Amino acid sequence: MAQIRIENVRKDFGAFNAVKSSSFTIEDGEFFMLLGPSGCGKTTTLRMMAGLELPTSGEIYIDGEEVGQKPASQRDIAFVFQMFALYPHMNVRKNISYPLQSQGMAKPAVKQKVAEIADILGISDILDRPVGGLSGGDRQRVALGRAIVRDPKAFLMDEPLGALDAEFREHMSEELRALHDRMGATTVYVTHDQLEAMQMGDKIVVMNHGVVEQFGIPQEIYDWPATKFVAQFIGSPPMNFLEFNGAVGANAEQVEFAEAKFAIPKHRDGAKGALTFGIRPEHIALDDSAPYRGVVLAVEYLGTTQIVTLDTPNGTIKARATSNDAVRIGQRTGLRFDPRTISIFGADGHVLKSAANERVVTHG
Amino acid sequence: MSFSVTEPTNGTKWFAGLLVVAYAIITLVPLLWIIATGFKSPTDSIAYPPVVVFEPTLEGYVNLFTDRTRATDDMIEAAGPPETWYDEIARSRGTVITGPSRYGERFLNSVIIGFGSTFLCMVLGTAAAYAFSRFRVPLKDDLLFFILSTRMMPPIAVSIPIFLMFRNLGLNDTHLGMILLYTAVNLSLSVWLLKGFIDEIPMEYEEAALIDGYTRFQAFYKVVLPQAATGIASTAIFCLIFAWNEYAFAVLLTSGTAQTAPPFIPNIIGVNGKDWPAVAAGATIFLVPVMVFTVLLRKHLLRGITFGAVRK
Repeated sequence: MAQIRIENVRKDFGAFNAVKSSSFTIEDGEFFMLLGPSGCGKTTTLRMMAGLELPTSGEIYIDGEEVGQKPASQRDIAFVFQMFALYPHMNVRKNISYPLQSQGMAKPAVKQKVAEIADILGISDILDRPVGGLSGGDRQRVALGRAIVRDPKAFLMDEPLGALDAEFREHMSEELRALHDRMGATTVYVTHDQLEAMQMGDKIVVMNHGVVEQFGIPQEIYDWPATKFVAQFIGSPPMNFLEFNGAVGANAEQVEFAEAKFAIPKHRDGAKGALTFGIRPEHIALDDSAPYRGVVLAVEYLGTTQIVTLDTPNGTIKARATSNDAVRIGQRTGLRFDPRTISIFGADGHVLKSAANERVVTHG
Repeated sequence: MSFSVTEPTNGTKWFAGLLVVAYAIITLVPLLWIIATGFKSPTDSIAYPPVVVFEPTLEGYVNLFTDRTRATDDMIEAAGPPETWYDEIARSRGTVITGPSRYGERFLNSVIIGFGSTFLCMVLGTAAAYAFSRFRVPLKDDLLFFILSTRMMPPIAVSIPIFLMFRNLGLNDTHLGMILLYTAVNLSLSVWLLKGFIDEIPMEYEEAALIDGYTRFQAFYKVVLPQAATGIASTAIFCLIFAWNEYAFAVLLTSGTAQTAPPFIPNIIGVNGKDWPAVAAGATIFLVPVMVFTVLLRKHLLRGITFGAVRK
């Protein structure tokens, strides 16, 4: 197993720039998520780690060795494809033993190893079946088997659960995480599903338009987004943005707009002009005594909580309230924001540094 | 009766069946005619109205495979009793066999040139199609169009330049010349067809093989080729049928050593009067290899013709 380090990697396809100068480090044994919307460059980044694409510039280190320009076959990594890419003309056993054959392993050893892997994945009974007739879950397990069979330095997975139906995804994601914990293998996992990323990942990189927006553990990214993009991409419903024209002084501990004052974490950066006040739905309380007011537009009941959509002087926002609060559509109510959890974004979309987020957010 | 989208009605089934039978009759009758004529006597073969029931004879086949000379009854008697059944057939027509004909050699030429060019076409076509399908080839679209454009006129339109070229290169009447020529004519078809088939194979299969530690060539050989077998088989049949049946270039560019069967068969007519049974026998035997090849690959051919439109 190994550490993977990406340094200033860039990838161009002709005139199109897919990945712009990305840098991050994946520690040994980590379950690492590459998260972003489609076309953000996450798959290209993964394929560069695998050697299926060569970076236009920059370095990729696997286990301390620079492999950026090496072919995939020399990198000793395993790749799980979204469509599994099992060899259709071979049965399950052959599919799993194929990577071992390329290493020239002796037949009895191959057989033993395949049996061992099949046992871990619970597919011993289908080893001699053709892959064509397998269910989605079994195909997924065979694809995993082919990946783990030769103990590679790292596993790279490109939306491996994307082809499964919703019910089975849940189950498979637990299985995958359990398998990772058991083997302790460095795993890089590409997904566009932020819930999947937070649920499974030790660390997350959020990418957009070929740029790494933020990099860190799920909770830090959720609580202290570095950019407006991350704030919106992560969380469901996403972080609320109240746009206002005003100023935040360095060392300020409150901000003023719409004739109301709001306490905020002590700020390091100051800014003025078009700013954005960001707050997560669960940090908004409906409190009639609060000066800042909104009108309830809609209520979505979700079991333990409900999502309340409100119209405010600074735009529409969503609050998460416990479901036993009685909320009527058309009701006018005060809104109280939890001062410890607020992020203020500058006009360029980057968050302003405060005492709360400075540990997490580093401006590049 | 309930209406179903997928299940045809009885009337439709009958109509479809009739169409198939009618089509089969139209295409098969000339073929049956040729096969039957091969077993007719010369008199039966030109009888009018045509005879359908006749006494079969192998005379046509004997005449096809032998050279004979006309002999008087005295000469035949002097030669002693016939040694073989084919001697007997020849003598009953007042001829003696002087040796084997050239049909066997010509047929072998057809086999060498037909299968040789098909093989070469498949090797080059698969490699080119793979490259066009997978790599960023500069001017890819223009190159593909150029390749296709070589088929936009009948190949025979360029017969004079090819004839002159072959004469200067010493390729006239050689196996190599004919193999190269048929390969050149068929290659555009095979590149285009095979590119379509290879495009259908997801790139992930090769990428999986690359990651599993194989080289690009091994991935191509062990993963792509088995997947493309259907396409390769059906393309090979098209190429073989063209090379096998080609007549015009064979007449123009071959006369002896490398002559194929198609220009040879009509020559039989002139040897001893109009010997239609021998011509028909030659045509019948000539059909066999393509038929066998097609039957062997027919499972692939049927799947191949749908062009991977139906995918699991």
